[in-house]
Amino acid sequence: MKSSRVFKYGDNVNTDVIYPGKYTYSLLEPEEMARHALEDLDPGFADKVQAGDVIVAGKNFGCGSSREQAASCLKYAGVRAVIAVSFARIFFRNAINQGLPVLSSPEAAEKLEEGDRIEIDFKQGEIRSDRGVFSFPPFPDSVLGILEAGGLIPYTKEKLKKERGTGCRS
Amino acid sequence: MGKTFSEKILGRKAGLEVRAGEVVTVSPDYILSHDNTAAIIKEFEKLDISNVACPEKLVIILDHVVPASAEKYAQNHKSIREFVEEQGIPHFYDVNNGICHQVFSEEGFARPGGLILGADSHTTSYGAFGAFSAGIGRSEVASIWATNEIWLRVPETIKIELKGILQPGVFPKDVILKIIGREGADRATYMAVEFGGEAAKNFSMSSRLTLANMAAEMGAKNGYFQADDVTLSWFEGKETENFEIFVSDDDAGFSDILPYDLSSVVPQIACPHTVDNVRPVKEVEGLVFHQGLIGTCTNGRLDDLKQAAAVLKDKRVHPKVRVLVVPASQNIYLEAVKEGVMETLAAAGCLILNPGCGPCLGAHQGILAPGERALSTANRNFRGRMGSRESEIYLASPATVAASAIEGKITDPRKYL
Repeated sequence: MKSSRVFKYGDNVNTDVIYPGKYTYSLLEPEEMARHALEDLDPGFADKVQAGDVIVAGKNFGCGSSREQAASCLKYAGVRAVIAVSFARIFFRNAINQGLPVLSSPEAAEKLEEGDRIEIDFKQGEIRSDRGVFSFPPFPDSVLGILEAGGLIPYTKEKLKKERGTGCRS
Repeated sequence: MGKTFSEKILGRKAGLEVRAGEVVTVSPDYILSHDNTAAIIKEFEKLDISNVACPEKLVIILDHVVPASAEKYAQNHKSIREFVEEQGIPHFYDVNNGICHQVFSEEGFARPGGLILGADSHTTSYGAFGAFSAGIGRSEVASIWATNEIWLRVPETIKIELKGILQPGVFPKDVILKIIGREGADRATYMAVEFGGEAAKNFSMSSRLTLANMAAEMGAKNGYFQADDVTLSWFEGKETENFEIFVSDDDAGFSDILPYDLSSVVPQIACPHTVDNVRPVKEVEGLVFHQGLIGTCTNGRLDDLKQAAAVLKDKRVHPKVRVLVVPASQNIYLEAVKEGVMETLAAAGCLILNPGCGPCLGAHQGILAPGERALSTANRNFRGRMGSRESEIYLASPATVAASAIEGKITDPRKYL
């Protein structure tokens, strides 16, 4: 039994449909944010998603605003990873910084279908499914460090215990 | 092979010779945040340190929901004001100043050769001044506040080569919509977009801001015009310390050079629900709409308001349409009042709102009901952005919005100009 269930979407899934702007300045709690995840793309998503599920999408996933909740609401909803043909730049950084793995695999994004069960091997850089095994480029050490720390904030917190950063702080 | 603008500027900041694809660690000159500063403070507090590393580098401008429309927004603003006070942050702009990108520019933080990062995707705007500027997320801003550094990948560059002259009734907004429509919403993902070519020098600073702002809608990391005489004359009488002009070498390694002839551009409109779903206005003429929006960081400057006023002078907004006008800053508001632009717009039946982001992001001031259609000068038309997910947003120039407002349906503005 493969552990993660696939939710499949198309190209250009933008940050407004992942996490609508009307909630962005309300400072909601994680559980509440999770309930609004993907609200304007797939209104039933929050009810269906279970911890460990993955999102598979087309190109330019996460395009649009810089709102980091687009990444964190997915994490809080239990999404284990997002697999896509490609990612918008700020979303990519935000997801890593929230500790949410984002995997670029055009082949997996094309072949995997809604409801498929998959297993992700982050060390080997492999996505295993009944439709085949798909590889993705493994993360560089710097990115892996942030993911392993659980995001940029815990990563920076640890780092600040050892060094103080660059300049200023006179 | 020569170097691009981005290779030079990030190399200078990192103190290294760098090429596209390399990752550098740099300290930004300024870090912008807006109402989301409240959320950034919460992240910063998790770092267990008491003070930001360089208070003078933070620029905080309240603009997204101003003045506060509900208690939760009021609480955010209050916590930001308290943080500013505690940390001794000198560059704070409260709710009476305007949209962050406009205020940041007017206050002279955007300078040639600067490195600016902001917790807003349209931070690309400052490329208009020959700066390298990119949007980042909240955790990253909190982290820079603490460490004064961030890693950035040096981007590859697409050059847009502008030539020819715009025809009457066609505006910079039409040019950038044309480019995004042809190239697609992910054409420049992770890349820099250089707006160059012989016609670039004809673009005013306001026009440059419109194009650099919307480079974000092509997925660009940064979009820019190289500083020239137009830039320098904008800075006349203003402080010009720390200026450094970077220009791509003639033999720089561009990923692509894309020619655009301005003479052939006609009024453009982005249709729902993606910014690259662009057509000539003529093709959707006659479509009724309910709310017009003239303003935003893309098109809320004085020349934009004047464009709209030129069309609406001695005319009336159609009774079935409501038009919201939102000047991008208090300074622009004042200028527009002095020049009679606001009188023209108000007399035509437009509703003038206070400077700020207004209804662009669907938080307050003109939310759309299900089945309603908006025609806006903003930069994004994603589903549900301005309210109901059953509403629609079309994007066009201020002149197109104004002409359409008179007729109550989408209209090519050229017959009014």
